[in-house]
Amino acid sequence: MTPIEAPLVRVLADDGSYAPSADAERYLPLIDALTDAELEQFYRDMVVIRAIDTQATNLQRQGQLALWPPSRGQEAAQVGSARAARAHDTLFPSYREHAVTRIRGVDPVDILKVMRGTSHGGWNPTDPQNGNTRIYTLVLGSQTLHAAGYAMGLAFDGRTGTGDPERDEAVVVYYGDGASSQGDVHEAMVFAASYDAPVLFFLQNNHWAISVPVETQSKVPLVSRGAGYGIPSVRVDGNDVLASYAVSRTLLDEARSGLGPRAVEAVTYRMGAHTTSDDPTKYRGSDEEQRWAQRDPIARMRAFLEGRGAPASLFQETDAEAADAAEDLRSRAITLTSPERSLIFDHVYSDPHPLMAEQKTWLNDYEASFEGGAR
Amino acid sequence: MTIETMPMSRALNAGLRKAMEDDPRVLLMGEDIGRLGGVFRITEHLQRDFGDRRVLDTPLAESGIVGTAIGLAMAGFRPVIEIQFDGFVFPAFDQITSQLAKLTNRHEGALSMPVVIRIPYGGHIGAVEHHQESPEAYFTHTPGLRVVSPSTPNDAYWMIQEAIRSNDPVIFLEPKSRYWQKGEVELEASALPLHASRIVRRGTDVTLVGHGAMVTTLLQAAALAEAEGTSCEVVDVRSLSPVDYGPILDSVRSTGRMVYAQEAPGHTSVGSEIAATVMERAFYALEAPVLRVSGFDTPFPPAKLEGTYLPDADRILEAVDRSLAY
Ligand SMILES: Cc1ncc(C[n+]2csc(CCOP(=O)(O)OP(=O)(O)O)c2C)c(N)n1
Repeated sequence: MTPIEAPLVRVLADDGSYAPSADAERYLPLIDALTDAELEQFYRDMVVIRAIDTQATNLQRQGQLALWPPSRGQEAAQVGSARAARAHDTLFPSYREHAVTRIRGVDPVDILKVMRGTSHGGWNPTDPQNGNTRIYTLVLGSQTLHAAGYAMGLAFDGRTGTGDPERDEAVVVYYGDGASSQGDVHEAMVFAASYDAPVLFFLQNNHWAISVPVETQSKVPLVSRGAGYGIPSVRVDGNDVLASYAVSRTLLDEARSGLGPRAVEAVTYRMGAHTTSDDPTKYRGSDEEQRWAQRDPIARMRAFLEGRGAPASLFQETDAEAADAAEDLRSRAITLTSPERSLIFDHVYSDPHPLMAEQKTWLNDYEASFEGGAR
Repeated sequence: MTIETMPMSRALNAGLRKAMEDDPRVLLMGEDIGRLGGVFRITEHLQRDFGDRRVLDTPLAESGIVGTAIGLAMAGFRPVIEIQFDGFVFPAFDQITSQLAKLTNRHEGALSMPVVIRIPYGGHIGAVEHHQESPEAYFTHTPGLRVVSPSTPNDAYWMIQEAIRSNDPVIFLEPKSRYWQKGEVELEASALPLHASRIVRRGTDVTLVGHGAMVTTLLQAAALAEAEGTSCEVVDVRSLSPVDYGPILDSVRSTGRMVYAQEAPGHTSVGSEIAATVMERAFYALEAPVLRVSGFDTPFPPAKLEGTYLPDADRILEAVDRSLAY
């Protein structure tokens, strides 16, 4: 059995019909408990973020951004897991979790700043506005250790495992199939397991690390690695928002109740390029892309909602909301200006540092020497 | 003599190809270097032509790549690694500095470590964090490593072949902002030895010294200085460890002044070391202190500020003026 074919938790079939897989049984009560409003919210999340993502891709094509890593195709994995987290949980994204950050309240313009080259991150994760979401990480896998350590801290401080899920905190960390090969990820799992840290390792297997297929990263389904660290792990259809939600919710609640770390392999697909600098036609065939297009997470959820009798107005309203969000993003993104040059020196250290003051003064004097044609 | 004009990226590709043809034990390893030909296409078509056991698309793990290259070298191969971007060499730092650099020494010469680590480095491409850094000082500070950086397509073509022929580990820093800069490559003539520095422009008033991408900037500055009546000599260091001080000292002895330019932060940098050595060895020839122009002692800033951060011809000229004012 190739890594891609191993069994997984799935609630919706490719065509959107309700058809739970054998492994889905224990999660179904959580899905039954979802209200219409919640189901519609999942759909809206996915549609709006796709519009934002498409807009950002266009902005890059028009030279407004240096780079954009599209999230197209991965919306269900991200929305399901982000909606499963509780407001007081802390999330550690990688660099493609646009749906996650949006759900937590981070302004997408703050993410565009990173890609436009006006900031290296900049949002304050402790500002409630940003939903306890840490900044993007570009060095693959690094954030898994930070998440493990943060979760250790929660355990040491007794902020988890008291038995009260309304209070007990947990952590979700996102990383990819490529990143799963990094030593940091392995070390993170060792630490998390050893200290029973309340962290959910959320792996989005989108099948490609730039041009390298997942088979080069692992000969076994990635989910099976968790067992080697003593971390209970679940494989889920990452293009099924309901399955992603229910599995994440269950594992997160287990982690927060003191049972130790948990892991998810969400099997999904990066529908577009790795980033806007990448050309996927160089390494993969369109037949594969076609096959995955049949499993589009948004089309699937829409079919499910239609099957339940959702009114056409829901879809119209959602499309309108998405168009507004995308337009809002464009209009604010293109007015982002270059930061002040002092940003180079500010915040390198928290305490005053003489070298920063000296070099800042030098630069200001140097720049001033040009004014009025001094040179 | 066959001379072809090509960009540095092509010259590197041709040099790698030549090295693989010459020695069947040479193999390439790295992320996305096979089918894709690398994110900068330096290894384009090499997997197609040499197969996937000589051009390996590795798992995504830099420590793993360098660590297994060490084992492959022990088994008689000559691995050439591509690190995708400068900022991603650090997961492999332990393997490079604690292991690769020291194994020959620890075996008291019974073992050599012919591993080349190619790193596209430096700014001026408007990229995001971790994609614009100049990590050379971390490696020049480590005994046992050779560290080199070509500044022209011709040097790129020859230096990569010599690096691969070297029995020592070589950190091969490719100035990525110059990948697309064209130059003449002499495909048959043999070039300067890997460790040699070179005077690339003659002048009499000030010696400008630098490496990699900065050499082009130094030449721009020299041209501008000439228009203002100042004659600058330009030296390309080429090898950052060991440094070939001969041409640098000769030049400084004739001009009496020196400015070092680099993209990396100045504190404890290659420029610092070369400046200190020149002051030790040519003190009486100097008419002014050796000056350094560098990136600031800060993290590489967001791309919109890189033009302010990176030394340009104007910053170099400002130092030239200061030197002349002594
Ligand atoms: C340590 C490190 N090495 C290399 C890179 C360059 N790089 C950026 S993304 C990427 C592929 C990542 O694949 P995966 O982890 O599967 O995540 P995906 O991008 O597919 O979401 C590579 C090689 C990096 N960012 N960090």
